[in-house]
Amino acid sequence: MSDPIPYRREEKGAQPPSLYPPYVSTLKRAPRQPLILMPQTLSEVTGPVYGHDKVVPDDSDLTRQHKGEPQGERIVVSGRVLDESGRPVPRTLVEIWQTNAAGRYIHHGDQHSAPLDPNFSGAGRTLTDADGRYKFVTVKPGAYPWRNHPNAWRPAHIHFSLFGPSFLTRLVTQMYFQGDPLIPLDPVYNGIPDKKAAARMVSRFDLEATVPEWALGYCFDIVLRGREATPMEH
Amino acid sequence: MSGQTPSQTVGPFFGFALLREGHEVLVSDATAGERIVIEGRVFDGDGAPLNDALIEIWQANAAGRYDHPDDRQEKPLDAAFHGFGRCPTDDSGRFHFRTIRPGPVPGPGNTLQAPHINVTVLARGMLKQLVTRIYFEGEPSNADDPILGLVGEPERRKTLIAKRGNGKNGTYTFDIRLQGPGETVFFDV
Ligand SMILES: [Fe+3]
Repeated sequence: MSDPIPYRREEKGAQPPSLYPPYVSTLKRAPRQPLILMPQTLSEVTGPVYGHDKVVPDDSDLTRQHKGEPQGERIVVSGRVLDESGRPVPRTLVEIWQTNAAGRYIHHGDQHSAPLDPNFSGAGRTLTDADGRYKFVTVKPGAYPWRNHPNAWRPAHIHFSLFGPSFLTRLVTQMYFQGDPLIPLDPVYNGIPDKKAAARMVSRFDLEATVPEWALGYCFDIVLRGREATPMEH
Repeated sequence: MSGQTPSQTVGPFFGFALLREGHEVLVSDATAGERIVIEGRVFDGDGAPLNDALIEIWQANAAGRYDHPDDRQEKPLDAAFHGFGRCPTDDSGRFHFRTIRPGPVPGPGNTLQAPHINVTVLARGMLKQLVTRIYFEGEPSNADDPILGLVGEPERRKTLIAKRGNGKNGTYTFDIRLQGPGETVFFDV
């Protein structure tokens, strides 16, 4: 069996180092030994493939998971999942989680004093379509305090988890909102060395995706690692 | 051509979104292969357990075939095994998976890889995921494995080999040390 066509390596500057001291928790959780460079084998270029049966349409509308409507500003978040050559990544699982409008997670470990919203859980999932498109309806998340440094606040963000076509295209990231004054102060965001690359995590207000008299639209395209060359079709 | 979207930490609050009951059980009664349990703990540089890590695994079936379109080997697929599992760590840093021992899969060139499970570690305090592998103690083909062979120091190589559980049949222990003494080998893929 011939070796698989490899995926491109991590883009320098676009991906964070494991150790980034301003994000204090990295100090004890980043390896100190260098990573071992390895070839990509069948084990790395394959990965979990999800079936449509596991996702239902309501999973992507976070405003309809309870009896009533959640508090806050309703938004539509949509975009495309692409590889580095600009090709769509179809039928891949996109999972999101976020705080409610007040900045509180439903998670039992979240000690922030902001109120919970009985009509909002803050978790969603969907599969991209044949063109790599996805769409969520949700509410705009709130900023929240954390203990990284005195008076530290996370900018409003939505967590994204994606698989892509292989185990090495796995990506967990966060989507931010254009113009948020907390972004330049955030050690998680600032852990990305290349400022232009970091800016790819900031969603764009999108009038086209805005639904009249209903919800603002935000556009967030996600680019996963792509192949070095086009795989041969069989 | 467009640039990669940067990785960000999974944070501490992923549980309500990413976890489904039974995600750490990869097998059903119909699955072919030797049943094994992988259990382990995740530690930080102080030796303190991580109670908020997420471990994901990906592996071949008992015949050594991945349930993925790019695996075109002439080996059987198993309709009762897909090869992906997820488990969060608990308050003592512990995770476990119920799975089967994977068969060998091809490596670079004409090599054969020893049976292994691919592992991704995600957590608060990690801006990007770490990737490692689980091999099995007592497996003769470990000696010729092309990836294990990349790890120069025998002491470090040991961090990739799950130990047989004492007394319990089919149980293997695989601890993950993110930093410091006994630091697990992580790979740049
Ligand atoms: Fe968060």
